[in-house]
Amino acid sequence: MKKYIAKRLLVSIATLFVILLVLFILMDLMPGSPFNDEKLTADQLAVLYAKYGLDKPILTRFFIYVKNMLTGDFGISYTINKNFAVSEMLKGRLSISLLLGTMAMVIGTVIGLVLGIAAALNHNSWIDNLCSMLSVIGVSIPSYVCGLLLCYYLAYKFKWFPILYNSNAKVFSLVLPAMALSVSPVANIARFTRSEMIDVLNSDYISLVRSKGVKDYKIIIRHAMRNTLIPIITVMGPLLANLLTGSSVIEKIFGIPGVGNLMIQGIQNNDYNVTIACSFIYSMIYIVIMLIVDVLYGVIDPRIRITKGEH
Amino acid sequence: MSEKDYRSHEYHHDDFAFAHSADDKLIDKNFKATSYIKDVWSNFRKNKGAIIGFIIVVIFIIMALVGPGMNEHTYKSITKGHEYLTPRVKNIEKVGIFDGTYKGSSMYNTEELKDVYYWFGTDDQGRDLWTRVWSGTRVSLIIAFAAVVIDIVIGMVYGMISGFFGGKVDMLMQRFAEILNGVPTLVVVTLLGLVLPRGMTSIIFALMITGWIPMERIARAQVLKVKEQEYVLAARTLGANKFTLIFKEILPNIFGQVIVTSMFSIPNAIFLEAYLSFLGLGVPQPMASLGSLVSDGYKCMTTFPHILISPVVAMSVLMLAFNLFADGLRDAFDPRMLNK
Repeated sequence: MKKYIAKRLLVSIATLFVILLVLFILMDLMPGSPFNDEKLTADQLAVLYAKYGLDKPILTRFFIYVKNMLTGDFGISYTINKNFAVSEMLKGRLSISLLLGTMAMVIGTVIGLVLGIAAALNHNSWIDNLCSMLSVIGVSIPSYVCGLLLCYYLAYKFKWFPILYNSNAKVFSLVLPAMALSVSPVANIARFTRSEMIDVLNSDYISLVRSKGVKDYKIIIRHAMRNTLIPIITVMGPLLANLLTGSSVIEKIFGIPGVGNLMIQGIQNNDYNVTIACSFIYSMIYIVIMLIVDVLYGVIDPRIRITKGEH
Repeated sequence: MSEKDYRSHEYHHDDFAFAHSADDKLIDKNFKATSYIKDVWSNFRKNKGAIIGFIIVVIFIIMALVGPGMNEHTYKSITKGHEYLTPRVKNIEKVGIFDGTYKGSSMYNTEELKDVYYWFGTDDQGRDLWTRVWSGTRVSLIIAFAAVVIDIVIGMVYGMISGFFGGKVDMLMQRFAEILNGVPTLVVVTLLGLVLPRGMTSIIFALMITGWIPMERIARAQVLKVKEQEYVLAARTLGANKFTLIFKEILPNIFGQVIVTSMFSIPNAIFLEAYLSFLGLGVPQPMASLGSLVSDGYKCMTTFPHILISPVVAMSVLMLAFNLFADGLRDAFDPRMLNK
């Protein structure tokens, strides 16, 4: 087990370095100096260059860059908030993005599980067909299209929810964006739960429990659910990671001041430091989630770490 | 029987005929053997959703080819005075839909617009949306197909080499893929979109960077499954070289899986392209893609929703159709999934 975790950790760290290297190359390729304020004197520039190590050879610069990134020093913003530290701009945004992602994941998991189980229990009936249809639609339609539709109907036409993010009613104004984001998790989890549940319900041990006269709901909750839930963790990891990174468009549509929205602003204003800082944070979140899921799965299901550790 | 008896025996011409030859020729009509492709086809045909999906995909491809030429407008002709017109179609307008009304009154009641028809309306610069939607579909489809074809080639070759050779080669190649897989696709696509010049090639390149990994996984897993089978061993004993083994013996047997995976990655590519467009990193104006049309329409969603509706519907239906089609293909190639 330790060996497996160590291996996964190593891969994650390597990935992180690759990302940092890519970001560094992007920074280096960029035209001009990162400090384009005309008012800076030569002395001040020299101080800044020394601080960010821009006068050193490329390898040293890379390590300084890595150190800065890992300690949360993302440099300064060029255009959005001129000469303002990017790390300051990010403060508070991350928690909003995380809240949105978590809400979407909770909604997605609950609805997805219910749909999947309902479909599996009524295998080959109209309920099953309806759930399958819903999940195909959910997989097909991009989250931001759902976001636009929800925004137009529920917020603009019926006025049930606020159109834009409101910091006084944080959770309530995040419901609609979370719903839009949860469409793909709902569909994926429902699909997966359904096929897992059907497999489990057809297995011998369920027949045994059934022949012993255990009530249906008990069979499902006590016996079938457990073995259904384990494989679902594997799909949940990538879904959660995609959700957090995919939220930027939704954040823009609903005007949520999260990391994704900042990233879009950075792209549209050519503010490289901001874009790179956001990309870095997203990558970190992604890597950490993937690591946790893999380790968790290895703990729950020993077969995984045996086959994965064999290479 | 003694030797003498044999000699005295008189032989007939049918003494050495095969026994029950008539029975042997009986063909089992109930369970006649079918070829793999026929099997796949018959499974596929049973799946209504898949057929519908396939038909819609074909219609979209045809419309992407001929749609932009179906009326006198072009995708980039800007007409002053024709901005924000709502959809109006000849003859259908009498029924009460597509009659070019906006909040109760017709937008086409000026002298100049009397005989002008825009089937999907016009956008904020007076460009015909019908033409733009279909040429946008064309651009989106080209991007998706190109990205997927490149993914297939890279992923398949990579995965097959990795799976076939195994050992150290496999380990190194898998670690590399694993590290690349750890980089979130959206971040890669965004950063590349930022650095590369705007255009279709850049988008295809950005999609390609991590897009091949799922294909690589499938190809590798399939090779691992197939390569220990007897027929590969037989080919190997007969002296087939590695190239022949990989491409002639193994490839045809994993092709079904590869096709299915690629069909699933097409809607994904369309989605990523749309995402890039939404960030403002899509194809440059006046070119259109489904994603850029949606993001243009979003800007005036509350005032003129028709500009948003046609590209959104087109994109959603197209992606739905691809998913249905891919689902059907998967079930057809792998009948074990059918009863699930």
